[in-house]
Amino acid sequence: MTLDIPTFATGLIVVLVIPLALAAYRMIRGPGYADRFVALDMLTAVGVSIAGLTTVVTGYSAFLDIALGLALINFVATAAFATFLERKDSDR
Amino acid sequence: MIRVSIAVFMLCAGVAFIAIAGLGVARLPDVFQRMHSATKAGGIGSSLVMVGILLLNVSSPITPLLTIAFMLLTLSVSSQLLGRSAYLSGASFRGMERGDALAGVLPRRGAPGPAEREVSLGDDTGLEGAGDGVRIGRD
Repeated sequence: MTLDIPTFATGLIVVLVIPLALAAYRMIRGPGYADRFVALDMLTAVGVSIAGLTTVVTGYSAFLDIALGLALINFVATAAFATFLERKDSDR
Repeated sequence: MIRVSIAVFMLCAGVAFIAIAGLGVARLPDVFQRMHSATKAGGIGSSLVMVGILLLNVSSPITPLLTIAFMLLTLSVSSQLLGRSAYLSGASFRGMERGDALAGVLPRRGAPGPAEREVSLGDDTGLEGAGDGVRIGRD
């Protein structure tokens, strides 16, 4: 039995749509700002995985750089959002 | 062949972890538990997927290794930052048995000061209405 790896990776990307939809639900619904930032964190984890699996599907290793860039941006964005949330409405 | 099998297993495990993390983000009751699910399970899932890609594609191993190292280093820090800022901005708790252990230690918004330590737990309003200056459900 041989397994076609690109087709398999495509199937995994399709499976990853489920956590993407759940994170989108939390981002739209989430009662506070912190919930939306948590959903953004989740979104980035899914994005890194999809970018990596796209490397397997297409064979272009440039998508690995996209995954690394997403992981880098995620940390800076979370730190900035956390600072924003600590200061939020403290002057109101 | 055995390497491809291990890679397929790693990819499946990573995607399963990410799916469970998404389920937790959608279903868990408060911000802190959702943060726990998103950062820990999501980070492990992404790292496992990158390990699988590393096993499948050995032509450029440095970028997946960098991604894994960076995610494992920074996800704990970012989860701590998110939890701290959510606590300080007055997000509500659910299912905490012993109450607020940090009451009076950190300046939590919407909480009574260090003199009186009773913090009202269990309100589900989060930050709703914080934009227009109205506090709902918090005394």
